[in-house]
Amino acid sequence: MSPVVIVGAGPAGIRAAQTLVAHGVRPILLDEAARGGGQIYRRQPANFKRSAVKLYGFEAHKASAIHQTIDDLHEQLDYRPDTLVWNAETAALDTLHDGRATRLEFSRVIVATGATDRVLPVPGWTLPGVYSLGAAQIALKFQGCAIGERVVFAGSGPLLYLVAYQYAKAGANVLAVLDSSPFSAQARALPGLLAQPATLAKGIYYRSWLTAHGIPVHQGASLIEINGEQRVQSLNWRNAKGSQHLECDAVAFAHGLRSETQLADLLGCEFTWNPLNRAWLPQRDSAGRSSIPEIYLAGDGAGIMGADAAEMAGERAALAVLEDSGYLIPPQRGNQLEHALNRIGSFRKGLEQAFAFPEDWAANAADHLIICRCEEVRAGEIRQVVREGHWEINRVKAHCRVGMGRCQGRMCGAAAAEIIACESQRGVSDIGRLRAQSPIKPLPFGLEVEP
Amino acid sequence: MIEVDAIIIGGGIVGASAALFLSKAGRRVALLERDFCGSHSSGVNYGGVRRQGRPLSQLPLSQQAHEIWSQLPQLLGIDGEYQRSGHLKLARSFNDLRALQDYAASSQGFGLDLQILDRDELRARFPWVGDVAVGASFCPDDGHANPRLVSPAFAQTARRHGAQVHEQCAVTAVEHDGQRFRVNTANGLELRAPWLLNCAGAWAGKLAEQFGEAVPMHAGHPAMLVTEPLPLVMNASTGVEGGGIYARQVTRGNCVLGGGQGFALDDARARPGQNAVLEILRQAVELYPFLEGAQAIRTWSGTEGYLPDRQPVIGHSGTQPGLLHGFGFAGAGFQIGPAVGQALTEIICSGASTTSLDAFSITRFHSISVA
Repeated sequence: MSPVVIVGAGPAGIRAAQTLVAHGVRPILLDEAARGGGQIYRRQPANFKRSAVKLYGFEAHKASAIHQTIDDLHEQLDYRPDTLVWNAETAALDTLHDGRATRLEFSRVIVATGATDRVLPVPGWTLPGVYSLGAAQIALKFQGCAIGERVVFAGSGPLLYLVAYQYAKAGANVLAVLDSSPFSAQARALPGLLAQPATLAKGIYYRSWLTAHGIPVHQGASLIEINGEQRVQSLNWRNAKGSQHLECDAVAFAHGLRSETQLADLLGCEFTWNPLNRAWLPQRDSAGRSSIPEIYLAGDGAGIMGADAAEMAGERAALAVLEDSGYLIPPQRGNQLEHALNRIGSFRKGLEQAFAFPEDWAANAADHLIICRCEEVRAGEIRQVVREGHWEINRVKAHCRVGMGRCQGRMCGAAAAEIIACESQRGVSDIGRLRAQSPIKPLPFGLEVEP
Repeated sequence: MIEVDAIIIGGGIVGASAALFLSKAGRRVALLERDFCGSHSSGVNYGGVRRQGRPLSQLPLSQQAHEIWSQLPQLLGIDGEYQRSGHLKLARSFNDLRALQDYAASSQGFGLDLQILDRDELRARFPWVGDVAVGASFCPDDGHANPRLVSPAFAQTARRHGAQVHEQCAVTAVEHDGQRFRVNTANGLELRAPWLLNCAGAWAGKLAEQFGEAVPMHAGHPAMLVTEPLPLVMNASTGVEGGGIYARQVTRGNCVLGGGQGFALDDARARPGQNAVLEILRQAVELYPFLEGAQAIRTWSGTEGYLPDRQPVIGHSGTQPGLLHGFGFAGAGFQIGPAVGQALTEIICSGASTTSLDAFSITRFHSISVA
């Protein structure tokens, strides 16, 4: 019998593994990273000795618990770090580890592939010194270094305030936080946010802390342009009061997160449009079952819900795997998890309202703005293809190479979709879905193939 | 009700070039495409624009296509990244080299100007070819182009010349009322015309069968991949005698490689299998050692129609006057496609094609029962 495989050792994958092990199943846990924890609880290299509180702040106990869990499970599962899943076919995953390609057949698979930042480019975003919010956080958590000495954080989403806070706390000089969502949106979102008062309280705390420490926090503030010759030297931003100029040497920006759905796509899962995420997501039921019987989805890879929800969804999906494999699982725990996930769902709605997507971004993007940095495709080139009569995103890709490069649209896909929708005067859900193609990440020539 | 002179089913390079040439000749044309023009084999193939290696029976048509390709910018308004880099066919054994010599001898007079290179000449002229090659045949005026741009441009240009181009327009019913064809589509169009062109690629068999001339066609799914941009090294498009892999490098630096077969996801979509991808990666470093350590960033496949003799069906139906076929190019339709569109145009406008199409008649399958 082929094994149960979990892809991704973040909060969802680790809790899924723990649940399976608790029921006597020995899963294979594949992870691209060297150490478990995912992005949110990314672990520092083994010889780094900073404390969990220093690294993760409020979340230290959660991070430690996740790390402890995977360490404790070590003997009871087949844990394969540094392993990329680059392709999938029916009932098999193709992996790459240490220059060696291996095929891994599975009976069931839990896909817990996580998320990356959603990037809406601004002029100058490809300059050295510009990072996504997630990348800025990883520099700090993983390597203990800051992205610059005079740093500005911009965009929107909960990560904006968290990363700014973490940088300031670590001693970096945070010049400003530029939140593109207006205060009014956040006030409107309050009822939804009250579904998770503790999380809301943390968000308020970060912001108050920043203000109390003299760090300017601007709302309704859009990043207009990043300037510099060799690297970031300054930026321009704008709010209702007008344009502002700020000298700085590093910028981190993003507008929330986007799910890493390529593996679910290659596995053949059905996708539906999710207005809250403003993205196509693999379908899943409340337990994490996809449209395909052997495939389960958990965590941010199937829709942005955050780390706490990922832990629950990982456990819930593992219970579903057990239920579907004939184990007798009392329904209480599953129901409890689904109920909790529901509550977080309401909170996410509030969050999306609070950190509203900048709907005018595409209309304001100048023609010379690079959207796809791998293939150096500018907004104007995408618009030109649309003007020639193309509106389906895979067709537009075929004509101007947007999303065809090294990242395969993982970084530029969301922005390209906005430009195409705006130019073709269609809804962003009405321009088709960028299809995933293997390899999920680049595959080297000269690899060894395991027979 | 749309009345036209010709209805073309299939917006690939064959159907779209027929639409273009017929429109330029003043005919009223409706081009019906189930998906998007040039989005299947015509748009996702390797991009080889090659005469070398074709069966001799195809060379007259291929040579005509060669002329059309030389006029591509004037015809379509884009260069389609077409370049006459030359096509280098490698031999991995002396037997293979002999086969290349035989082909060079037998294809004389067709204008290919093939040059046989022994090991030393090959090393001197193409130092990036691996030691596994013992010689090669070089066709200096063959080359490659970007199919994603060229094939849709034929349809786009046909539209500019007055053709009706209907995309996302699946054909649901075809009949002949004794005088005209009547075609209905899923989106509610009803069309009538005295001529019907079956240019539906891998899906053309169904229509042929409806008119009582089923063909033993099967679908193939070539596996392909592309690297990240690399320093410019390959100054020719390449293939290998006896099959295996083929590779070219585009101006941007990406190398496009193909070889082996993928698999169908459904009737319309295909993917290269893991086996084929790994096999391309393995063979590539033997043939093109500079690729060692480079990275493949994307793989893809398509759906192409193959007949048992690997020759296309081009020309009149054997059962239904007014019905013309142009399909079954066995993965080698991109270069020759525009000449097929032109030949079908000649049949309609002047009664016969200037190039003989006898070798490609569908009647060669009439006596064969199709399983």
